[in-house]
Amino acid sequence: MSMSDFLPSPLTLAALIKIGLLVGGLMTAAAYLVLLERWIAAWVQDRRGPNRVGIPFTKISLFGLGQPLADGLKIILKEDFTPKHVDKILYNAAPLVILAASLAIFAAIPFGSVLPPLNIPGLPDPVPFLVAPGLDVGVLWVFALSSIAVYGVLLGGWASNNKYGFLGGLRSSAQLVAYEIPLGLGLLGVVLAAGSLKLDAIMNAQAESGIWYCMAQPLGFLVFFVASFAEAARLPFDLPEAEQELVGGYHTEYSGIRLLLFLVSEFLHMITAAFLIVIMFLGGWHFWGVTGSSQEITWLEALLRFGILTAKILAVIVFFMLVRWSWPRFRFDQLMNLAWKVMLPLGLANLVTVAAVEEFRPQLTAALGATTAGWLALAVPWGVFFVGWILAGILTPSGTDNRPIRAHDPLDIERGIREHDLAETELAGTR
Amino acid sequence: MKPTDPCVTWLEETPLGLAERLYLPLFIQGLTTTARHLISPKVTVSYPETRPTVGNPLIYRGVHRLNRDDQGRVKCVACFLCATACPAHCIDIVATESPWQDREKYPESFSIDELRCIFCGMCEEACPVDAIELTSLLDLTGKSREEMIFDKEKLLSVYDITKDAEPMKSTGMDTGHTSPADLGGRP
Repeated sequence: MSMSDFLPSPLTLAALIKIGLLVGGLMTAAAYLVLLERWIAAWVQDRRGPNRVGIPFTKISLFGLGQPLADGLKIILKEDFTPKHVDKILYNAAPLVILAASLAIFAAIPFGSVLPPLNIPGLPDPVPFLVAPGLDVGVLWVFALSSIAVYGVLLGGWASNNKYGFLGGLRSSAQLVAYEIPLGLGLLGVVLAAGSLKLDAIMNAQAESGIWYCMAQPLGFLVFFVASFAEAARLPFDLPEAEQELVGGYHTEYSGIRLLLFLVSEFLHMITAAFLIVIMFLGGWHFWGVTGSSQEITWLEALLRFGILTAKILAVIVFFMLVRWSWPRFRFDQLMNLAWKVMLPLGLANLVTVAAVEEFRPQLTAALGATTAGWLALAVPWGVFFVGWILAGILTPSGTDNRPIRAHDPLDIERGIREHDLAETELAGTR
Repeated sequence: MKPTDPCVTWLEETPLGLAERLYLPLFIQGLTTTARHLISPKVTVSYPETRPTVGNPLIYRGVHRLNRDDQGRVKCVACFLCATACPAHCIDIVATESPWQDREKYPESFSIDELRCIFCGMCEEACPVDAIELTSLLDLTGKSREEMIFDKEKLLSVYDITKDAEPMKSTGMDTGHTSPADLGGRP
């Protein structure tokens, strides 16, 4: 028996290396995004933010780049306290469920384009930047698992046996169920246009045409973007864990490393949302004049594509963080209004538009020529976008007023006295 | 106050215009405010690399000092007015007969518990001879509670450190000006 019998096949090995890189990268990214979030929070509030911690046991501070290590160590070394009143099994399962689900999502998410040919026997070239290449239902996988991540939130809130946790879980379930629908509708338009459920195929389709789907489907982009904020439970839709109202929402009762798992998976949700926005609407690794659309590339191009994808994702995440400090949180009824009365119709309108454009594109190309048909295929969705937005603004009920509708002026004291007198006389009559 | 009080002005919520209903102006407004603050100068002082600026050192209420008169003696006459005025009871004075001709008593020991002090400045206001003053020293640190009880020597040394930057508010030792006649009161 030779040594090679014990070694995994090159295919397995490649997948393992990719998993290692991805999990390590994601965990580091989550840790450094916490630092970025704290920096942006500080800068927006005219403060300096964490800038002291650097290399341990030295006085080198490196703008505070050692902060994630200190934060992580601190929270791991904290007491992991389990309150007496919790449901032990579910309480322990919740953080694991949420972290496993939010990590497993990345099996189907490409984090770059492809590698140049490696010529390793047993490993088909080109090697894609994707843990599970050839998964035909990539988009479904992502959405199925992001729904499972909701279970973590619900379990955490329920098992905590705490009213804040419970309310956080309730809000979370209602919000996530409501926003899955606009999210799915925004996604359907992209799948329809690209003709594939593979995320790498969706990126390739955008690179080949040179038109990102945020330009071809502005309404779908808007709906998906807003719904992503709600799915990631970021402000202005962070009702599941609204600190001012719910202490910490579903993770109120958690401490130590289990709280860390929740917080990490929250950041993973944000990274997932940014990945999906970039891959489906912002062209993925494509940028005009910088990266070609070919699958046969050099090492430089492969790195360039990876860099462009990462830069776009970082830009979306920074936008997420800036939004946090820009707008106040929605009230819960406003949140539901927005989901069911605005985002759902807009998503449907987008879907119909995309379907119509894709259906009639061949006829139009035959009748008007490719250029005119191409411009028309862009103009129609933009027209629908503006009309839809204005109609949504005019037709939806104004969500600012939740006071009861008054039949008369409450300050009309004389009327009050008259009513009081009338009631008195009636009372006297019955006696 | 009743709701019908004429002083109460009742306002109705202004109805949203089309622009507000489209959310776009609010979107831009929010984002520009955030972006403006993102790049605006920061207000945090990087202590201890940079020191915070004290607005007016003469009225700042920092660490106490015991002033010296022109002969280098402690200016205090041990009248206990500061200890009486102190709401935190952090001043402890042991008075004894003065060896000098110009006053009857002087403090044999004078200690202030800086941890108990609330820095209200009432000792400074109560002092008839302007012997106790609050300086603009603001970083008051120590390694033990005992270290934070400042005795007479320490308080005098605070004066020696700060006398150039913050001159005494009144230099004279003359107690006569505090007599009721000088202040315009009845004799």
